[in-house]
Amino acid sequence: MISKEEVQHIAKLARLGLTDKEVEKFQKELSPVLDYIEKLKKADIFGAEPTSHSVRVDNITREDKESDSKYDSDKLLDLSPARKERHLKVKSVL
Amino acid sequence: MELKDFTIGQIQEGLKKKEFSAVELTEYYLDEIEKKDKDISAFLTVVRDSALSQAEETDEKIAENQDLDILSGVPCAIKDNILVDGIKCTAGSKILEKYVAPYSATVVKKLKGKGAVILGKTNLDEFAMGSSTENSAFFTTKNPNDLNRVPGGSSGGSAAAVAGDMCNFALGSDTGGSIRQPASFCGVVGLKPTYGAVSRYGLMAFASSLDQIGPLAKTIEDCKKVFSVIKGKDKMDSTSIESKEGDSDFEIKNLKIGVPKEYFIKGMDPEVEKAVREAIKKYEGMGGKIEEITLPHTEYALACYYIIAPSEASANLARYDGIKYGYSDLQGKSLLDVYLQSRESGFGAEVRRRIMLGTYTLSSGYYDAYYLRAQKVRTLIKRDFEKAFQKVDAIFTPVSPTPAFKMGEKIEDPLAMYLSDIFTVSVNLAGLPAVSLPVGEASGLPVGLQIIGKPFEEDKILSIGGIFKK
Repeated sequence: MISKEEVQHIAKLARLGLTDKEVEKFQKELSPVLDYIEKLKKADIFGAEPTSHSVRVDNITREDKESDSKYDSDKLLDLSPARKERHLKVKSVL
Repeated sequence: MELKDFTIGQIQEGLKKKEFSAVELTEYYLDEIEKKDKDISAFLTVVRDSALSQAEETDEKIAENQDLDILSGVPCAIKDNILVDGIKCTAGSKILEKYVAPYSATVVKKLKGKGAVILGKTNLDEFAMGSSTENSAFFTTKNPNDLNRVPGGSSGGSAAAVAGDMCNFALGSDTGGSIRQPASFCGVVGLKPTYGAVSRYGLMAFASSLDQIGPLAKTIEDCKKVFSVIKGKDKMDSTSIESKEGDSDFEIKNLKIGVPKEYFIKGMDPEVEKAVREAIKKYEGMGGKIEEITLPHTEYALACYYIIAPSEASANLARYDGIKYGYSDLQGKSLLDVYLQSRESGFGAEVRRRIMLGTYTLSSGYYDAYYLRAQKVRTLIKRDFEKAFQKVDAIFTPVSPTPAFKMGEKIEDPLAMYLSDIFTVSVNLAGLPAVSLPVGEASGLPVGLQIIGKPFEEDKILSIGGIFKK
């Protein structure tokens, strides 16, 4: 079973707040899923390249030229929970 | 015939002959929603006024004797993870409960451009993560065939809205089966297009290498029409591709149908298996050649999917941080507190489970064992299909091992819920198109046949589905 400390570590990496009760809940719920995905260890992957996309995806480039924004920036700024003039407002980092 | 049974073609005939106006048709569907959705709960938002004004545009065209577009006046519903400018878009999540879309998805622009009337936004599992709509932060949608059962998911609201006669067609999204499984559970047609065939611009990202938007409708013909409108390359989605005009002609006597033995498994509902096998027999009876095939890496598909999808989701959902938009808990002291608390109260149980799972499989020390290995297994799964398609034209399988299950039956057991996607996830990993076609019943509930095709052969698999007679 995945340990309490591991759950807390992963939650911190994922920026998810957890109560103590939830740490236990995640331990119980994640363990069977992690056991299930262990299945892949049996697969013979010798010589197989990794697939990230099912179709070939190439980088798409364009000329570095300015163009009019398709967005109304005020509309986007209006969606933010806290702002000051035309800036998003955040709490202190440190 | 009643209005609710009209296909897109019949709607347009009726409009042209002035048997009814587009406004009357839209009002009819809005009234149906008002009457029925108290019980079914398919819609999160209904937009009466904008629907009626869109319908008026079609009526003006008719009054001026202008030609109608392919979807003129046709009332539809949109899954609530696809943006419609100016309308709330929640993704079934508390974190976006008050979010109003600042622009429209490409598919929405295309639908509106061809005259479709958007009635509202449909319920889903939060951020499309789930197989029953029970993970919606707002309510669970009920299956119109049996109100004690789930409609499937995650596009359960879209499937129920179509099956419950509350719209002509709907859009859904499919990352691991989220169009096909609810289509099967509700008894409607659902198409998951080839990866890249339809622009994902304006679809809230869940697992970007797997997500596709597609139509749900009552008939194959209607699915084809909607797909023809939404497909195509879009410069706003660099993974979108212009699909060649597919050759959808085939003669049933020349059609080779592969039936993979790995898709008829122990523990599967015997009546589902019977319905699917009978459907396959009917194709044989019409002259199709049935071949048993093997897709040997099928047993790894679900595990592979439940590494790749949560990994991508954990990265995609990092954007919901309580800063740029959406729910924000500003009570804490530091920026980190805002992140932790906004995401703790904003996300539901399943979304947090998947973010945790994805973060775990991507974290240092586990990346090679899980994520990289899963990507390699993905290659093997894709190759299985490539090999099979050298021999056959289409692959027939069940959509889900059971018919619609009861509400609450699987919600406490995430793994049991994940298993209902066991026949659908491979198609997303391989990027192929697949249709769910209602072909029979199990315990009085609809059962779907999955028809999988080669890349960009949507029209062909739809045509193959079109010759099925119950």
